[in-house]
Amino acid sequence: MLLRLDDVGRAFDVSRPWLNRVIEGSPRQLLHAVDGVSFEVRKGETFALVGESGCGKSTIARLIVGLYAPSRGRIEFDGVQISDPEARAATARLRRRMQMIFQDPYASLNPRWRVRDIVAEPIRVLGLASDPAEIARRVAELLRQVGLAPEDGEKYPHEFSGGQRQRISIARALSGSPDFLVCDEPTSALDVSVQAQILNLMTELQARLGLTYLFISHNLAVVSHVADRIGVMYLGRLVEIADAEELFARPRHPYTRMLLDAVPDLEMSGRQRTPVAGEVPNPLSPPPGCAFHPRCPHANARCKSERPDLIWRGETASACHAVEENRI
Amino acid sequence: MGAAPMILEVKNLSIEFPTRRGKLLAVDGISFSIAPGEVLGVVGESGAGKSVTGAAVIGLLDPPGRISGGEIRLEGQRIDDLSHDEMRRVRGRRIGAIFQDPLTSLNPLYTVGEQLVETIRTHLGVEAGEARDRALALLREVGIPAPEARIDHYPHQFSGGMRQRVVIALALCAEPRLIIADEPTTALDVSIQAQIIQLLKKLAREHGTAVMLITHDMGVIAETADRVAVMYAGRVAEIGPVRDVVRAASHPYTVGLMGSIPKIRIASAKMHAPLVQIEGAMPRLNAIPPGCAFHPRCNKSFDRCKTERPEPRAVGPNLAACWLYE
Repeated sequence: MLLRLDDVGRAFDVSRPWLNRVIEGSPRQLLHAVDGVSFEVRKGETFALVGESGCGKSTIARLIVGLYAPSRGRIEFDGVQISDPEARAATARLRRRMQMIFQDPYASLNPRWRVRDIVAEPIRVLGLASDPAEIARRVAELLRQVGLAPEDGEKYPHEFSGGQRQRISIARALSGSPDFLVCDEPTSALDVSVQAQILNLMTELQARLGLTYLFISHNLAVVSHVADRIGVMYLGRLVEIADAEELFARPRHPYTRMLLDAVPDLEMSGRQRTPVAGEVPNPLSPPPGCAFHPRCPHANARCKSERPDLIWRGETASACHAVEENRI
Repeated sequence: MGAAPMILEVKNLSIEFPTRRGKLLAVDGISFSIAPGEVLGVVGESGAGKSVTGAAVIGLLDPPGRISGGEIRLEGQRIDDLSHDEMRRVRGRRIGAIFQDPLTSLNPLYTVGEQLVETIRTHLGVEAGEARDRALALLREVGIPAPEARIDHYPHQFSGGMRQRVVIALALCAEPRLIIADEPTTALDVSIQAQIIQLLKKLAREHGTAVMLITHDMGVIAETADRVAVMYAGRVAEIGPVRDVVRAASHPYTVGLMGSIPKIRIASAKMHAPLVQIEGAMPRLNAIPPGCAFHPRCNKSFDRCKTERPEPRAVGPNLAACWLYE
């Protein structure tokens, strides 16, 4: 087990300004972006989180790499708790082993730096090498590894296309020799033919370097190509965790089924699908009980009042009363 | 031309952008047509020229971009050479538009009812009361719950999916013959996207409206379009019935594009089979290769592809611009 999240939550204070609260008597308001999420990522696997916008998947990525501190719960990396802000110094060595790849390759590379400096930054910051010749050799090797030429190091980011920029992001992430990569929608800003190149590259690097990925995406088809196990999120909570194969063959949670039905039928097989209904509710006032009950065809009185827990059955888990009671 | 059953006919359309370093040809001699009630999908990657084509049809090319050749006909009438004022009367009345971001298509300072009523009165010249009734009927038709209450709400009070429904209602106000939908579902979540696609399809069928659906998403095309035109570097690589293009493409670019789209696979052995890759990237407008624009990335290219430009020719039910089918 490389990474373990135990009942992790993160709330954001979205209250109105103090003066408004005093005059209008409006209360403090908390947005629970992530609300009690537990899962594990095994060494060498690709664990994917999928869900629609606002479900909290990117917040989880930021909690894991330490860009946010959790409001509650524990995050363990290689058996050591890393979520405690007091112990940041002690866990710094562990944090070096994880890196992040961001969604927008136009925003995540410094336009004023040459590519070789961008890729070399983690090497310098982490003190992995100090000899300039040694750094240059390592940068050239990294660029070659992601399918760029060593000479590309002299160029600036604006000279590259979106797909090439994402290759630079990957080279930068790999330069600190991490064993765990958090990839937050790494291909959703790219055209499909370029997306295919990046997904193939990531798969190939994983096999070669033995990397572990946490792969975050809204696109189930992309996830089916890269993931070993998948967690489906809805309004800040995990509703289902399963092996990729199992999830696509036998989705359990009604939300997972709905997501699968919403994927366009590219093979034009004419498979029967239930039309999707409703929208994601406002996360500021999530429905009581199971957050999915207003859109769920199987909801009953219990679903409206009692929040379902994530219950494991063998290798799969789902948070659904109907599944637990064998109603569906 | 009067007897032509087509709503939109585009013939040899070229669009250029003059720059200091010479003219850039964003669209290079493309032809297609759309019949009543038909949805034509126009698909391609960034920079293929699909949005520019849509903008040219509706007369909203950003200067200095201009039509440098060919013609556009709406119900047999030429519209590419109309004056600014004449085109303004065609836009909204006979051609409706739906854009990617519903927030920028709506005025935040007016209620959706005011915007609908204004549009209806401008184009149809009816009384305020009648226009409001029509606005309510439209909101109901696009699936907005409780339209009597919602008609007096402002755009920010609607969710993204509901807002896009309002934009569709706005586009339908004057019963246009043609709707240009430019990435109408790209800003929406998958579950909302499916609903909007169904709505567009239903409306086109019921009203006999021709729809030009511009998108980068082959999935959306497969779900919605009757025919599809695949664009590459300002040219149509392949055009044909959606089933034939999606399942049995002829042009090597379409084949590569279809192969590179991840599909949900259940069989475990195939789970990690690599996706089909097209090496390289679409050329920039100032460096479009001679001959077939796709030849440097094509694994089937031969000498002729490097010098002579292929014209679309019939390959089964499709038209493909490729020398392989000479």
